[in-house]
Amino acid sequence: MSNIAITDAGPSTAAKPLLTRLGAGFVSRLVIIVPYLWLLFFFFIPFIIVFKISLSQSAIAMPPYTPVLDFTDGISGFFAGFRDLNFDNYVWLTQDALYFKAYVTSVIIAAVSTILTLLVGFPIAYGMARAPATIRPTLLMLVILPFWTSFLIRVYAWIGILKPEGLLNQLLLSLHVINQPLIILNTYTAIFIGIVYSYLPFMVLPLYSSLEKMDYSLIEAAKDLGCPPTSAFWKITFPLSLPGVIAGCLLVFIPAVGEFVIPDLLGGSQTLMIGKTLWNEFFANRDWPVSSAVAVILLLLLIVPIMLFQQAQARAQEQDK
Amino acid sequence: MNATWSRFNVTSVVLGFAFLYLPIVLLIVFSFNESKLVTVWGGFSTKWYVSLFHNQGLMDATWVTARVGVISATVATVLGTLAALTLTRYTRFRGRILFSGMVFAPLVMPEVITGLSLLLLFVAVGLDRGFVTVTLAHITLTMCFVAVVVQSRLVSFDRSLEEAAMDLGATPVKTFFQITLPVIMPAIVSGWMLAFTLSLDDLVIASFTSGPGATTLPMKIYSQVRLGVTPEINAACTILIAVVAVGVVIASVANKRREVQRQLDEQAAQRG
Repeated sequence: MSNIAITDAGPSTAAKPLLTRLGAGFVSRLVIIVPYLWLLFFFFIPFIIVFKISLSQSAIAMPPYTPVLDFTDGISGFFAGFRDLNFDNYVWLTQDALYFKAYVTSVIIAAVSTILTLLVGFPIAYGMARAPATIRPTLLMLVILPFWTSFLIRVYAWIGILKPEGLLNQLLLSLHVINQPLIILNTYTAIFIGIVYSYLPFMVLPLYSSLEKMDYSLIEAAKDLGCPPTSAFWKITFPLSLPGVIAGCLLVFIPAVGEFVIPDLLGGSQTLMIGKTLWNEFFANRDWPVSSAVAVILLLLLIVPIMLFQQAQARAQEQDK
Repeated sequence: MNATWSRFNVTSVVLGFAFLYLPIVLLIVFSFNESKLVTVWGGFSTKWYVSLFHNQGLMDATWVTARVGVISATVATVLGTLAALTLTRYTRFRGRILFSGMVFAPLVMPEVITGLSLLLLFVAVGLDRGFVTVTLAHITLTMCFVAVVVQSRLVSFDRSLEEAAMDLGATPVKTFFQITLPVIMPAIVSGWMLAFTLSLDDLVIASFTSGPGATTLPMKIYSQVRLGVTPEINAACTILIAVVAVGVVIASVANKRREVQRQLDEQAAQRG
């Protein structure tokens, strides 16, 4: 594993002028440093600021919070600021049952939707993996294509379908399956449908890539030895697809916990999810410190799944090599 | 293999794709509806497209979105490619774990958290919210997606090509531009496309980081959807889908052509 830009390997590089080698070292640093600094500044530091603001108090000013831990009074002022730290926002979150309920509901909704997405996605991915090799690229393209259409548009499309006077009810009424229009929009059912629909490609793609690599002669062998198909599935197919299952579930679960657009447009005002709570705290109540505290708790809640996801990514990368 | 594509497999694939595509097809069909009701068919009409082009607010938002998309996707592609190179080529440097964490975390991070944290950063450094802040936010989000796409291409890259070029005296920089870049180009192109559509699509992060005068199309669509579903929004959505579909088709045709050309070149090289 030699690095492309660091020319310390091979006899040919020794003959190169010093300047070129220094230049190469500089370029290789730059390759690392530029994206590193960018992410540090625009991704990592903002979290520290969120944490900092979550310890301040709401104020009628612009920005609408009291200053906390800043350097306007010099270093001593910064350290003196520690005494003024204010954990009221966190106390507030534990006292108002609304927030606790929103967190729990979000986790349950995300978990149930993840399982539903797995149940819907697995047969699709399996069917794709068993398809003739010639049409597999086309099928893969068809799964990826919805990625390119707007998330907002795809959620919006479901409003027209699920409305009381919408297309689904019209169809069911005309077929005389039901007499009364079903109330689906603005319920948790609509949120489940929305999440399964929007996140389905995220589930199918990792499932497909692990099912495609599978050696199907194993199943033939099991069948020849008298193993019934269901137990062959649980003993062979499912364990071998497990990396895909884990990656797919994490890709659905983590963003679904903090989902805003789906509960807002399909769930109506009755449904309680933490992404919506944060949004309302910020935009409707203009309480930046409380919304920061909500974000910090949400992040703590998701830190374990996110780290599992990172590990799964790293492992997949190792395997590709 | 073909014999094992059972009826069950075919059915699940067909049903799956019907589920994925039917809502979008219905949305497009009802954008051509004469009636103002989105769900009752009143005959074919293109009047909603006409009224769309007279909606100044919507047209302004489209222009803002397009500019944010092109600029952020371009910068994100450069940064994301560098990040992918770092991830695959430099296996040991200080802070590598933090780096890969920062590349992968935005992929799954709930958008409300990313949006809020970026907004607080912009306020902290005193940057006025508007076009610039939305663009910066989109670069940060989409560069991670570009990094993942390009990285998957880089891991399957044959390093001996680079070593050969350097043994023949090419500088690392020249090797990169003449050997590595052309090979990973398809991934870079699809990375750009992905970044552009993600930017085009984003509502939550844009709502947090944008200011007056920089309303993006999703923000506009969202505020209209909240007031009610109209065929005009269907028409706007259909145009957006059409633009992206044309882009995807062009990119995939270009990719295919380049691939064929590369194979021809390789064959020619082998014949000597």
